[in-house]
Amino acid sequence: MILKDIQRELDADLLVGQDNLDLAIEMACGADLLSDVLAFAKSGALLLTGLTHPQVVRTTEIAEIKAVCFVRGKRPLPETLALAEEMGLPVLCTALPMYEACGRLYRLGLPGCSQAGEDR
Amino acid sequence: MDNTVPSRTQELIYEMTVGEVMTGQVVTVEPDTSMNDLREVMRSNRISGAPVICDDRLVGIISLEDFINWLAAGSRDATVADRMTQNVTTIYEDEPLVRLVSRLDQCGYGRLPVLQRDDDRLVGVVTKGDIIDGLMRKLEIGYQEEEIRRFRASHVFDDIIADQTTLMLRYDVVGNDFRQAGSGATRLKKALGRLGTAPQVLRRIAIIAYEAEMNIVIYTEGGQLQAKVEAGRITIEANDHGPGIADVQQAMTPGYSTAAEWVRELGFGAGMGLHNIKGCADEMSLDSAVGEGTRLTATIALPGKAE
Repeated sequence: MILKDIQRELDADLLVGQDNLDLAIEMACGADLLSDVLAFAKSGALLLTGLTHPQVVRTTEIAEIKAVCFVRGKRPLPETLALAEEMGLPVLCTALPMYEACGRLYRLGLPGCSQAGEDR
Repeated sequence: MDNTVPSRTQELIYEMTVGEVMTGQVVTVEPDTSMNDLREVMRSNRISGAPVICDDRLVGIISLEDFINWLAAGSRDATVADRMTQNVTTIYEDEPLVRLVSRLDQCGYGRLPVLQRDDDRLVGVVTKGDIIDGLMRKLEIGYQEEEIRRFRASHVFDDIIADQTTLMLRYDVVGNDFRQAGSGATRLKKALGRLGTAPQVLRRIAIIAYEAEMNIVIYTEGGQLQAKVEAGRITIEANDHGPGIADVQQAMTPGYSTAAEWVRELGFGAGMGLHNIKGCADEMSLDSAVGEGTRLTATIALPGKAE
């Protein structure tokens, strides 16, 4: 599925990445612990998180996360947005809580990182 | 299992735009061109159809099929306007190739006129063949860039003749500065990527460096992060000058952490960092003396020719 499908399903605001609505997303992970993102997320995944500080963006770069969606209606800090813009990381924002946001995407057919193919 | 990972071609049809592959120089006709003249236009330009333009606007499209139908109907005096297809399916030049593919599929035509987004002027025509040609060109360029990068990387280790060649990259890490935390690891990742490090290896190195850097930021006044690149392996070393770890074995236990609440609120300090590093490294060692400092060393073997 593409980023636009995810935006629609989560009724999310797109804060960064107007040009990336057609970005293909093959899997996702939800985490509020960045070490877990580093340990379990695979290259090319979408990250759903409630953390809003700039370290989230740095973590996505290290773990090769393709796009991030902030859950529970949390708005990222301005410096987080600035870093995301600089790195070209698409940023979504949904009012849904973590479990529901993940559940909706899973129902739509987006697999988790443990189910998706080996990362490259 | 691999079908969930997009191939480079699949990525390209999302990245490339119609404008990048279309043919820009288009032979057009006018609505009052006679069907007789159209034959000559198609013959001399070796084309099987043409967009119909009136006052800079696309008003229709006329094809070889329309021409044959006209012949079959008795080839009575007619103009292009009489025989053309109106309500033409078009595409904008800034749309991605993937949309072009699905539109060609939907409408069943072999070619689509391409319009400029802001004023709907005709800027080109695009066919299925153009998509293939465009993708091939791009893949070729990508392949060449890859070759150049490989050369640069091999340059360091193959062209420099010595018994041993070592490349050292060092990054200073400021303690307690959460804003800058991770910038050493991200810069290291970029540098090693440019040197042609394989993506799988690069990711493991980046995770090791990042977790190690976060530990320096969270627990110490500062230190250094360095990567030693040699033939066959890369060694990451993280040094700091205190406070040191009292019980190294305990620190290695997954879930054990002495992080302050503010660190946990930021999504770190859950006691998974060293465990993650160990999981990514082929070899890892941690030496620490309370009051003096800590040295973490992690080694990753490089696959390939260097043995």
